[in-house]
Amino acid sequence: MEDTGSIVAFWLLAALTVGSALAVVAVRDLIRAVVLLITSFLGVAGLYITLSADFVAVVQVLIYVGAISVLLLFAIMLTPRASRDNAETFFQIPALLLAGLVAFTISLISLDTDWTVVERGGFEETASAIGEALLDKYVLPFEMAAVLLLVAMLGAILLVSPEDTKEE
Amino acid sequence: MSIELEHYLVLGALLFAIGLYLALAKRNFVGVLMGIELMFNAVNLTFVAFSRFVSADTDVTGHVFVIFVITVAAAEAAVALALAVVVYRNRETIDVDRMDLLKW
Repeated sequence: MEDTGSIVAFWLLAALTVGSALAVVAVRDLIRAVVLLITSFLGVAGLYITLSADFVAVVQVLIYVGAISVLLLFAIMLTPRASRDNAETFFQIPALLLAGLVAFTISLISLDTDWTVVERGGFEETASAIGEALLDKYVLPFEMAAVLLLVAMLGAILLVSPEDTKEE
Repeated sequence: MSIELEHYLVLGALLFAIGLYLALAKRNFVGVLMGIELMFNAVNLTFVAFSRFVSADTDVTGHVFVIFVITVAAAEAAVALALAVVVYRNRETIDVDRMDLLKW
């Protein structure tokens, strides 16, 4: 990627993603943390677009920005008397050290490794190729994902249903 | 200066570290879940970056893998948030440092 537009887009989206992720750590109110997390998810979707992954970017917006953030908001609103603040446990210092170590190590390794980069052509839409791969090479994981989603849905309904309706 | 694979890898590492810190250090269970989702996003970003820069032109294996990761993450989020509601119903709190029934 050499042209100025994609370079500017990368740095802006990277700043948006990391900045709002850091704000999720810093902000004191949980609802605001979820809103900032949505911004971070949108930044990641934009980064997928700079990587010419159009279908994954749309799925990211649908699932993460649409579904998972609403689930998080529901969980906050269904627990009204739990604490609303976004405070840390006593585990803060070790967690900070571990996170810094992980970031440092992975960055160092990825900068040190001599990746064999393949030159790619221009943008090609990926949705049809992904669809063919899902129903041809990856059909077994695809069917298992369907079963997994069914089980997760039933489990979530069963867990939150009131006690007196379970026997029927 | 152009954008290379390393840019995306370092960005993924930073996002993963922020998610790891959130998951380990936040007191509210929903905050822990936010950290886990952020880690999923970092790994997915790395997958797509490798798929763009390293694999062949017609290969969409990295994209398919990301779709599966997103599916499993959605299932995990639904079950985990249902668990949070159940814990709240029984104990009136979802602070992870007050869920200590198994602590000796």
